[in-house]
Amino acid sequence: MSVRIYISRDSGALCVGAQEVAMQFFKLAEQKGLDIEIVRTGSRGMYWLEPLVEVARPEGRVGYGPVKPSDVEELIGAGMLDGKAHRLSLGLVEEIPFFKSQTRLTFKHCGIVDPRSLEDYKAHGGYKGLAKAIEIGPEATVEEVVNSGLRGRGGAGFPTGIKWRTVAATPPQQQKYIVCNADEGDSGTFADRMIMEGDPFVLIEGMTIAGIAVGASYGYVYIRSEYPDAVEAMEIAVRAARAGGMLGKNIAGSKYDYDMEVRMGAGAYVCGEETSLLESLEGKRGEVRAKPPLPAHVGLFGKPTVINNVLSLASVPIIMIDGAEFYKNFGMGRSRGTMPIQLAGNIKHGGLYETAFGITLRALVDEVGGGTRTGRPVRAVQVGGPLGAYFPRELFDTPFDYEAFTAADGLIGHGGIVVFDDTVDMAKQARFAMEFCAIESCGKCTPCRIGSTRGVELVDKIVAGENREANLVVLEDLCHTMKLGSLCALGGFTPYPVMSALTHFPEDFGAKKKRLEAAE
Amino acid sequence: MPRYEPWNADRAGEIIARHRHEEGAALPILHELQATFGCVPEAAIPLMAEVLNLSRAELHGTVTFYHDFRKEPPGRRVLKLCRAESCQAMGSDALAARAEQKLGVEMGGTNTDRSVTLEAVYCLGLCHSSPAAMLDKHVYGMLDQDKLDRLIDEAQR
Repeated sequence: MSVRIYISRDSGALCVGAQEVAMQFFKLAEQKGLDIEIVRTGSRGMYWLEPLVEVARPEGRVGYGPVKPSDVEELIGAGMLDGKAHRLSLGLVEEIPFFKSQTRLTFKHCGIVDPRSLEDYKAHGGYKGLAKAIEIGPEATVEEVVNSGLRGRGGAGFPTGIKWRTVAATPPQQQKYIVCNADEGDSGTFADRMIMEGDPFVLIEGMTIAGIAVGASYGYVYIRSEYPDAVEAMEIAVRAARAGGMLGKNIAGSKYDYDMEVRMGAGAYVCGEETSLLESLEGKRGEVRAKPPLPAHVGLFGKPTVINNVLSLASVPIIMIDGAEFYKNFGMGRSRGTMPIQLAGNIKHGGLYETAFGITLRALVDEVGGGTRTGRPVRAVQVGGPLGAYFPRELFDTPFDYEAFTAADGLIGHGGIVVFDDTVDMAKQARFAMEFCAIESCGKCTPCRIGSTRGVELVDKIVAGENREANLVVLEDLCHTMKLGSLCALGGFTPYPVMSALTHFPEDFGAKKKRLEAAE
Repeated sequence: MPRYEPWNADRAGEIIARHRHEEGAALPILHELQATFGCVPEAAIPLMAEVLNLSRAELHGTVTFYHDFRKEPPGRRVLKLCRAESCQAMGSDALAARAEQKLGVEMGGTNTDRSVTLEAVYCLGLCHSSPAAMLDKHVYGMLDQDKLDRLIDEAQR
């Protein structure tokens, strides 16, 4: 019987050579006449171990990694196909502490299933959530999602079920849409990419359930152009689902129709903002719309539209299968369920860590993440992407929770944590935040369009020591204006990284420590 | 390796016609025009405007809004270096400076033999393995100076 081995085709694995490793296995298998079957999966999310090669054994999948192409012959010689020990042995993959300590709900099948195979997805329990939705009907499905407490995983944290209920309540007999926001532009985040490349059917299933629940017969996944592998993976999966009767007319033999397609963005960060994304899907400049009206009432092409992040939609199948009560049991306060947290930047164990809300930053960075990759002390972490605040070590007891982060003048955003060591210049990071906002501003509102450029100039003046005290006051005032006066989160949240850098690391701006001033 | 076709109005018309009935057809058309010609040629705008019933000004606004769409074809290969925070935390600024120096161009520029266009990108979603880069559609992570040098050599070959 052939031995089955698993190698990821996720771009996070490809970027460190997984393709070359897989080719080497193919080559040697042919040369040596080995009876092996190579399954290309998504990634488990332990990227410091990629390229990770897993061998199917009766006791579970045994891992080896990180594997270089030049290791392959030696590995085979050492008996890896029988799960034997080698210096690259990792033991049972699911026993690796980083993996074992997670609560994998949204990422349950990621890294396990073949992302191109509908059959494999179904064999692992896929589409049971859809079956449940069809069985209980649209109204009960919406209520299940409402009751689960699921909040928008894209960053805003708005209750997903409420969006659905609003669209479901709009008059029927009109076109409604499901739009998946896969414009994952935040630095430090890659969870959407991992789902799309590693378990695309779970997203398709989530969108299909959403379609049935609100009476929408068509959907779009808007994927950023920086993710060519994700675009390809989603397109393959959509075709497979359609061919398998899981998209199109009478899905899975039911009375419901739902189909969808993949659309690619064109390199505009602001298109991750939901109304900008809708404009872009309509073929226009990705300029932000004023709200109200909400997309739930007047969305894509003016029709009622559910627009949710990849992770929100990909969490729906498990909520349908195991129930709102099960999902709600995880988490703290008003942050229910699990959050796929992404550990990035200067970190030893970079990767995806899905866990219930409530874990502290300290546990994530020092314990799970293992500290910095450079081995130097952690000085700051940025949570929530380019619009998220910088946290100093003093705030590492902050639990991962929407409200706790708001109280600490930050945001969890899409769950990315970027770690910096003690060589970081926080004034430079603050300047970059303003610069990035200036590059990516859609230009519609003045505080963002003009404020960002003035912000760059102000940071430069402050660092150069030009009227420092006065310019610090102006910078704070500018941040205040941007925060309250911008149309969307780009201009509105850029003050977070700027002000947090200034508040927690004033010495980098040549300013006095405020905390010391207070003590004097 | 991308090889682009020279401008051909009939070819452009065929691409536009193929997508014209799609909802919000502009971006799919622009992407395919660029994949075909290496850029969105100025001459394509009036053709698109006519078919999509839009003004040239509106379309011009759309094309220029997006960072992806080029006015001229790039070099034979496109090397994108990530300049976002996660890669900054792992020394991408120094790598970017090195790439600019080795290729003799600034970000956004094409080197003299037109073998490589160097571009900044703000996140490739490989932040677990920073610093990251993309050469055409192939991704590279955990870059250091040596790996970057090899990548640039390969791109120039």
